[in-house]
Amino acid sequence: MTKDTSNQFAGLKTVLTVLLAGSLAIFAGVAQAEWKLNLQEPVTDLARRIYDLHTFLTIFVTIIFVGVFGVLGYSLVMHTRKRGHKAADFHDNLTVEILWTLIPAVILVAIAVPATIALVNQRDTSKADMTIKVTGYQWKWGYEYMSGDATGIKFISVLSTPRAQIENKEAKGENYLLEVDRHLVVPVNKKVRILTTATDVIHNWSVPAFAVKTDAVPGFVRDAWFKADKEGTYRGQCSELCGKDHGFMPIVVDVVSEAKYAEWVAAQQKEMAAAADDPNKVFTLDELVKRGEKVYTTNCAGCHQPTGKGVPPAFPALDGSAIVKGPKERHLAIVINGKPGTAMAAFGAQLNDADIASVVAYERNAWSNKLNDVIQPAEVKALRGK
Amino acid sequence: MSNPSASRYFIPQPSLWPMVGSLALLLMASGAVLTMNSIANGGFVLLAGFAVLFYMLFGWFGSVIDESEGGNYNLQVDQSFRWSMGWFIFSEVMFFAAFFGSLFYIRVLSVPELASSAQQLYSGFAGFVGTWPTAGPAAEAAKTEFHAMHATGIPLLNTILLLSSGATLTWAHWGMLAGKRKQLVLGLFLTIALGLTFIGFQAYEYYEAYNHLNLKMTTGVYGSTFFMLTGFHGFHVTLGATMLIVILIRSMKGHFTAERHFAFEAVAWYWHFVDVVWLGLFVVVYWL
Amino acid sequence: MQASHDTHDHAHGDHGDHAHHGRAPGLMGWFTTTNHKDIGTMYLWFSFVMFLVGGAMSLVIRGELFAPGLQYVSPEFYNQMLTLHALIMVFGAIMPAFVGFANWMIPMMVGAPDMAFARMNNWSFWLLPPAAILLTGSLFVPGGAAGTGWTLYPPLSVQMGLGMDMAIFAVHILGMSSIMGSINIITTILNMRAPGMTLMRMPMFCWTWLVTAFLLIASMPILAGAVTMLLTDRHFGTSFFNAAGGGDPVLFQHIFWFFGHPEVYIIALPAFGVVSHVIPAFSRKHLFGYTSMVYAIAAIGLISFFVWAHHMYVTGIPLTGQLYFMYATLLIAVPTGVKVFNWITTMWRGELTFETPMLFALGFLFLFTVGGLTGLVLAITAVDIQLQDTYYVVAHFHYVMVAGALFSAYAGAYFWLPKWTGRMYDEALGKVHFWTSIVFFNVAFFPQHFLGLAGMPRRIPDYATQFTDFNAVSSIGAFGFGFSQLIFLWVVLKNIKGGEAAPVKPWDGATGLEWTLPSPVPYHTFEDPPVITEEHLAAAH
Ligand code: HEA
Ligand code: HEA
Ligand code: HEC
Ligand code: CUA
Ligand SMILES: [Cu+2]
Repeated sequence: MTKDTSNQFAGLKTVLTVLLAGSLAIFAGVAQAEWKLNLQEPVTDLARRIYDLHTFLTIFVTIIFVGVFGVLGYSLVMHTRKRGHKAADFHDNLTVEILWTLIPAVILVAIAVPATIALVNQRDTSKADMTIKVTGYQWKWGYEYMSGDATGIKFISVLSTPRAQIENKEAKGENYLLEVDRHLVVPVNKKVRILTTATDVIHNWSVPAFAVKTDAVPGFVRDAWFKADKEGTYRGQCSELCGKDHGFMPIVVDVVSEAKYAEWVAAQQKEMAAAADDPNKVFTLDELVKRGEKVYTTNCAGCHQPTGKGVPPAFPALDGSAIVKGPKERHLAIVINGKPGTAMAAFGAQLNDADIASVVAYERNAWSNKLNDVIQPAEVKALRGK
Repeated sequence: MSNPSASRYFIPQPSLWPMVGSLALLLMASGAVLTMNSIANGGFVLLAGFAVLFYMLFGWFGSVIDESEGGNYNLQVDQSFRWSMGWFIFSEVMFFAAFFGSLFYIRVLSVPELASSAQQLYSGFAGFVGTWPTAGPAAEAAKTEFHAMHATGIPLLNTILLLSSGATLTWAHWGMLAGKRKQLVLGLFLTIALGLTFIGFQAYEYYEAYNHLNLKMTTGVYGSTFFMLTGFHGFHVTLGATMLIVILIRSMKGHFTAERHFAFEAVAWYWHFVDVVWLGLFVVVYWL
Repeated sequence: MQASHDTHDHAHGDHGDHAHHGRAPGLMGWFTTTNHKDIGTMYLWFSFVMFLVGGAMSLVIRGELFAPGLQYVSPEFYNQMLTLHALIMVFGAIMPAFVGFANWMIPMMVGAPDMAFARMNNWSFWLLPPAAILLTGSLFVPGGAAGTGWTLYPPLSVQMGLGMDMAIFAVHILGMSSIMGSINIITTILNMRAPGMTLMRMPMFCWTWLVTAFLLIASMPILAGAVTMLLTDRHFGTSFFNAAGGGDPVLFQHIFWFFGHPEVYIIALPAFGVVSHVIPAFSRKHLFGYTSMVYAIAAIGLISFFVWAHHMYVTGIPLTGQLYFMYATLLIAVPTGVKVFNWITTMWRGELTFETPMLFALGFLFLFTVGGLTGLVLAITAVDIQLQDTYYVVAHFHYVMVAGALFSAYAGAYFWLPKWTGRMYDEALGKVHFWTSIVFFNVAFFPQHFLGLAGMPRRIPDYATQFTDFNAVSSIGAFGFGFSQLIFLWVVLKNIKGGEAAPVKPWDGATGLEWTLPSPVPYHTFEDPPVITEEHLAAAH
């Protein structure tokens, strides 16, 4: 049974070399190459600290690996039957056994020290310059500035990669799947505290360049912080499986200079004032449907599909749906209050009266649902809280 | 048929009962899935599953009893049974641990966290007080009232019932050891009666909870943990009582000897285990 | 030694005559059998079939991930594949494989006539097919299978359709099967050892299973409790995991991982056991440090209950919690290290040869250590913040579970196959199987470390374009690895059909009672227990 073993050896050596070369390549500075091998470039102190900690750990475990398997490698080459080596007879040695229990333990303590320092730092969210609340929805992010000049600015941020690119009908853009319609904007060199929460399922707000990754747990508030010291655009992705479009809810943060930030805030506030609807405004059917289509595309089409056909049975069709074609009140109610225990969220919390009125009007007039209904914001207002 | 000191370890004949049991569980699981999702005829499948399960239990335990009475089980087999029952009860302990652990987590960690000011500032649950018992922020905001179950009254009575049933069971065991078959039968009978009374009271308590206290499964975490823990325990009492009935019938038929009565002891262990769990329940669910 | 087969001349060949309780003919025989060898065989076949099914699902995953964009499957279906792949591999392939080894080998190793509860043993096995039917069948019901990942986190799992309920009941049934199987194994080990087979003389595989069975009995009910609460949250309006009712979604994660972390050692420990037989056999030396191995196994088993929240570093557990779980997790590297060092020292100054079982054991040792060391990187909370839920984690656990557990299972299969079938397998094919496996495995999973570091999240059906190249490489490796596994099927089928007859002890360095029995092993062995003495154990040299 023990035939020639030399060629197996060649193979084993190759594998070893490949493995070692692979792990060593991590530090070899090839990080700039196309084949990205290491963590993203950090732009906060904390992220840099973690970057270094990771490098240190990787070198460390590589040394352990090489050391341990160097010994084994020697044995595999020298102590073989093929070389005529005869088995020695020993099977216990208390000293070495104690040593190789203690030495790893000491090594681990050495690792634990810097790890503890980094972690304590990472969790210290006190003395923030500003606070932003981040809400995870299936499948988009809501941002609300809670303090500072920008207080009150809030918006929803959704994936902006065109469907056609995802379905391979169009060439993919540079930031394929990592682009959104509205970026989160923060000033450079300011400690930003992020509060995360969610309304439906658990999401996770994560931006690798800041070393932030925090679950957004429905009903609970978690926090994290970062202080970016380099202007630029940084991208991340939802990092907790949250259903169908988990892979399609990226995060984009612009870190800008103080001046640019002030400009941005002013522009936002102006826009918000302009957009603030007169609650008593009366819309025509055309206005409603036009506005409603937009609201529908950003908020509803993910589940109910642009065609209104849904993805039954997970997401019901709205085209021809009994609720949509039934009395307005029921239709409005399900949009405002959602349906607990299903993916259908309470949009009353996310959309204003005019948006809800228009999206419902749109649904009642789109596809084959030609009901010719008009719904006014006032009707939504009356139904809220019921 | 070999004698009780059978020299070889008993290996049972090939048997179809396991297969029947698997079929039963497949039917039960499918039936439950259909029923829970309101799909037609799921109930029948579920019932069929139960029927097959009972058929299997009767058949399987029937053969075990025959083998035992036929003297196939030597002392090593007896010892195996002891190990297995011990480990089985340990697995049950861990099952309960999941629910006790949840109650602990909810009371000590999650409810206070929901009620903490840091959370309330930003979550949708402003004003949540979170004193136990609570049905959670939503019910509190809607001002839905419910009453928690008091430890005095039925629960205390039930504690006394279960503890006495432990005593009567031990008394029955003494009877068996001393060869007093009457004491054995009477003790078992009393134990079963106490157990069934316990179950009756528990049912009454549930009835009260649903009809007069507005305490339901849907009453937030208090309702959830209350019904899960007491319900799972009640299910175990029912199981224990059923096993005691089997033991009672076997005792009346003259099974068991003072030396060899593993089945009796196993059921007794189980009953004491259910007893101890109740004490835990009484303290953390009703009392504290 | 005076092996007991002498006393049972009726039991030659696997079908022999059935003087008493032999296997009935045909399919019915397999349905009703109470023989540990039959049941072991069924476990092993079942596990291999499930491995192919779960593997086919992983190929759907890797196929979709070959290039960016949505090619073949919808995101919903991708999530379902992901969930079923993991559940089937963990519960359907790896765990049953080692239970199969336990059934076959433990009675022979300790000198028992069979498992302690032979009839219940049959049930443990026959519970698996209903669970497998529920799991795979859920793909075909309206709404499809659960698409939550194998971790089944609520509230996402509360949103799912009836496929989720099928998964929940499947988990209940699998739990029953595991608990009964474990009770059987523990009892067999504790109560059925032949006279003279003291605990500290017991083969290492039995030790690893003793601890594993304990872990199973302690952790499977916890998982059952978790999914039961999930079920009542889904259908009976309870609020365990719903903040509006005062519950907490994170509670589920605590319970799940209180089960889940011991679970990964449930997968790893029997694998350690098998390797502890193969390495000494092909080193022609005693296992080094038997006693410390035993303590290490016990320590790993114990510590594994106290590290669970290292899977939850980013859920917002308090700082003190993060620190505690980091330290505890680091601690577990110590006993694991002891085992690795013992194996290496066993080979040191041995007389090594490299037949297929040894090659797989060495592959296990190298690659498990790679996975263990990346586990250590993940254990450092601050670093895990960057790596959690990325492909780095995927790479970590495939190194420990595929190159770890699966390779060890192959080592065991090649090692004992001659004993089971009475024929030698095709050594050349076995070697091809090993070399293709280890090369393609690394091609498939090593690049995933880089993907994870660069920030590619796991559980996504489509990815940003900068991840394209490594994903393509990984997919090629996965297909190569997958098809290499068919070689094993070929080896086994060929072996069953024919081949050179195997001697009683085909491996000159092997030790243990099983090598005193004829090949193939008679249907009944050790009906009267052999008496084990120090000489027996030594004489096996
Ligand atoms: C067989 C299964 C198995 C095994 C054995 C392990 C072993 C280990 N695992 Fe792994 N792990 C998984 C299966 C396994 N894991 C799975 C399935 C997941 C993901 C689940 C999911 O999310 O879906 C996971 C995830 C996972 C995480 C969470 C990652 C995340 O989601 O963010 C962490 C973090 O701490 C971790 C750590 C470890 C550690 C420290 C070990 C240690 O036990 C390793 C110990 C071994 C060694 C260290 C190597 C040998 C030792 C030496 C050579 C001695 C010298 C060493 C030193 C001195 C350091 N694992
Ligand atoms: C022991 C368990 C185990 C095993 C053996 C494997 C084996 C493999 N796994 Fe898996 N995997 C997990 C456990 C396991 N995995 C877990 C727990 C997860 C996490 C899931 C989650 O996130 O919830 C996961 C997730 C996971 C992912 C991540 C998906 C994602 O996050 O989006 C990927 C991607 O590459 C992957 C790939 C593979 C591959 C290529 C193999 C290969 O080794 C498989 C090789 C085998 C084959 C390919 C079979 C060959 C057969 C044929 C070719 C013929 C087919 C014919 C018939 C069916 C008749 N696995
Ligand atoms: C995350 C997925 C998701 C999103 C986004 C979503 N819905 Fe729904 N919707 C659902 C689900 C699931 C149901 C089915 C609930 C049930 O089981 O009754 C539903 C049901 C409905 C119904 C009732 C239809 C019927 O026939 O039962 C209406 C009307 C509706 N949604 C409108 C909307 C509108 C308007 C929007 C956007 C503002 C929207 N939905 C966004 C998932 C979603
Ligand atoms: Cu949101 Cu994943
Ligand atoms: Cu773990």
